[in-house]
Amino acid sequence: MEINKQGPKQELIVSVSPHISSEETVPRIMWTVSISLIPALVMGIYYFGPRAVYVTALCIIGSMLSEWFVQRLAGKEITLTDGSAFLTGLLLGLNMPSTIPFYIALVASFVSVGITKQLFGGLGYNIFNPALIGRAFALITWPRAMTTWAVPDAQFLAINAKTTATPLGILKEEGMGKLLELFGDKLSLYKELLLGHRAGSLGETSMIAILIGAAFLVYRRYISLRIPLSFLATVAVGAWIFGGKGGLFTGDPIVHLLSGGLMLGAFFMATDYVTCPTVSRGQILFGIGCGFLTILIRLKAGYPEGVMFAILIMNCFAPLIDRNFRTSIFGAKKAATNT
Amino acid sequence: MSTFTLGGIHPPEHKELACNAVIEVCKAPQRAVVPLSQHIGAPCKSLVEVGQRVLAGQLIGNPEGFVSAPVHASIAGKVTSIEAFPAPIGRMVPSIVIENDKSDEWTPLEDDPNYLERAADVLKGRIKAAGIVGMGGATFPTVVKLSPPKEKKIDAVIINGAECEPFLTADHRLMLESPREVVEGLKILMKVLELDRGYIGIEENKPDAIEKIKNAASNDKNIEVWTLLTKYPQGAEKMLIKSILNREVPAGGLPMDIGVVVQNVGTAYAIYEACRNGKPLVERVVSVTGPGVTTPKNLRARIGTPVSQLLETCGGLRSGAVKVISGGPMMGFAIYDLDTPVTKGTSGIVAMEDKDIVHRTKFNHCIRCGRCVEACPMGLMPLMLSLYSEKALYADARDYHLFDCFECGSCAYVCPSKRPIVQQIRLAKTMVKP
Repeated sequence: MEINKQGPKQELIVSVSPHISSEETVPRIMWTVSISLIPALVMGIYYFGPRAVYVTALCIIGSMLSEWFVQRLAGKEITLTDGSAFLTGLLLGLNMPSTIPFYIALVASFVSVGITKQLFGGLGYNIFNPALIGRAFALITWPRAMTTWAVPDAQFLAINAKTTATPLGILKEEGMGKLLELFGDKLSLYKELLLGHRAGSLGETSMIAILIGAAFLVYRRYISLRIPLSFLATVAVGAWIFGGKGGLFTGDPIVHLLSGGLMLGAFFMATDYVTCPTVSRGQILFGIGCGFLTILIRLKAGYPEGVMFAILIMNCFAPLIDRNFRTSIFGAKKAATNT
Repeated sequence: MSTFTLGGIHPPEHKELACNAVIEVCKAPQRAVVPLSQHIGAPCKSLVEVGQRVLAGQLIGNPEGFVSAPVHASIAGKVTSIEAFPAPIGRMVPSIVIENDKSDEWTPLEDDPNYLERAADVLKGRIKAAGIVGMGGATFPTVVKLSPPKEKKIDAVIINGAECEPFLTADHRLMLESPREVVEGLKILMKVLELDRGYIGIEENKPDAIEKIKNAASNDKNIEVWTLLTKYPQGAEKMLIKSILNREVPAGGLPMDIGVVVQNVGTAYAIYEACRNGKPLVERVVSVTGPGVTTPKNLRARIGTPVSQLLETCGGLRSGAVKVISGGPMMGFAIYDLDTPVTKGTSGIVAMEDKDIVHRTKFNHCIRCGRCVEACPMGLMPLMLSLYSEKALYADARDYHLFDCFECGSCAYVCPSKRPIVQQIRLAKTMVKP
């Protein structure tokens, strides 16, 4: 053929369109989300001292080692640099009490990344949020250790840290009266909760820090508000209707919104791309489901806090939601009326 | 600002590379390769034999079906061979090779200053005879769009001046330099379709073109010039109709199902030339641009001119150029041979350096971030199409409206895992029936 007669040609790359791509990559997403968690981590360190650093660092190291170990064992490509194992470790750390024995942090990390993520096929194939499974495993296996909360007084020599109960625990066991007694009046209770000056998992306490990070993610369009807002709204409404001791519509939704792992969970865990629905209507349903289960557990179940189990249970439904809440396609309505 | 509602993306436009370059006439090639199939539909049958002399504008390929368009010699000279050549879409296509005899002798063209007074059928006949096809890249024979079945009443015609593909500036320059001809083309279309309403849609990133076209159309109350939001794929037929008329082409349907005909700016210009000067479609404006081209230009090139000659006219490829695209970077085809000829659908030649292009040979798992769902102008779920195709579950992909995808590439553009979604969709389309 004539085209071959003209000697060597310049070699050109041939591939299917589109030939250009946005700058967005999986590593960039993972590292950006990690950065957005820095305020929460800083406040955790401020309130809970060096142990917050140790626990978080161990969770991160444990997660990354687990990723490396399982990928190595399975003969897969090592994907440590994509930042997803780092992020899971960071989230797990932020969801741990600062008092936790170090080996628990390591075991939980392995359950998170080694089992929940890698053994299910790696990033993109896990059914459950890895960090939350790690935490759930630890909570069920070591219930005492996982519910021993340090007093948030930044014990920089944290050897004999004093322990206390979380606001949600007090609310459940002793009621709103006791909470007010401890924190003074309602206003200072809200203020302390907002700042995060209370017992709890080391990265979950400071609402302000969490909201700064979340605002950054929303601004960068890394997360949408559909899941967080429907989640929070459902909890607020549920707490208001059923949360009071004096009958219906006497609950305090603000205490419920500002306590426990709700903010961290709603903005950073429930929005996990892999384990939440992809279509907007489905996401709203998912958020409502998370909120409903959270308030159900908080008010009626044995645990004072229900965010973790709520998200994990809804994770199971995410594929089902996606299957039933598909997008409505361009031109579909017209086609329906024509036929 | 009007726009379509679902999805859409904002890739960097890079129009500045060529939008100020006045259209230059590219020298007629020494050897023109005129493919017998430059349109969607049946290929043409050659009317010439090897050794025969042909004149520029002479009919050399006759259509063999309703959805088809004739082809004409783009230069005068001797037919040296009829053989398969690579077409921009990658396939080998039977082509007529003409060796230029430098006479540039044309077949007699029939001038008609009173073209607007002709009957609709006469004008339609000229459009058909001129071999005009959609010049935005889809190359659908224009006369077929102008001949809807009786039960489909057409009530609007839109000239597509969106030019939403990054880099491309051919339509932009044509609107700037020949606004009157473009508007006349629209008037001919309105006459053929017996309409009293015509629209021209232009993205807002071409304010100078909007002004020129508005001026050219100012004495005609029946023509509306619409400024559209700069958003890809604004120039896709379905999106353009939604933006201007707020009508949705039914899934699986055609614009004519909702009474609309859309024609590209270049096509309108060709229609004018055919009806006014009797000139067949043997040349077109091509943007030769991109970071891999030394001096980006807009060239008026004869059909059959090899891409290599266009590039030489623009100072050649830069040393870093690794990919040459026929069309735009979102929907164009990467060509593997620089001897590939310009065809009726070649809106641009975009040369890219390695840093400008995406490599999808190695891609990651889908993380279900949903960016593709938000970007899809058709409201599809590209991630599901991609995942099902990857797992060879093509029938499941079909259930997710596989065949409503027109491969604009918005999903693959935004995908952080750099998944070859369009490629997977194309594969699935070949593996199942609609």
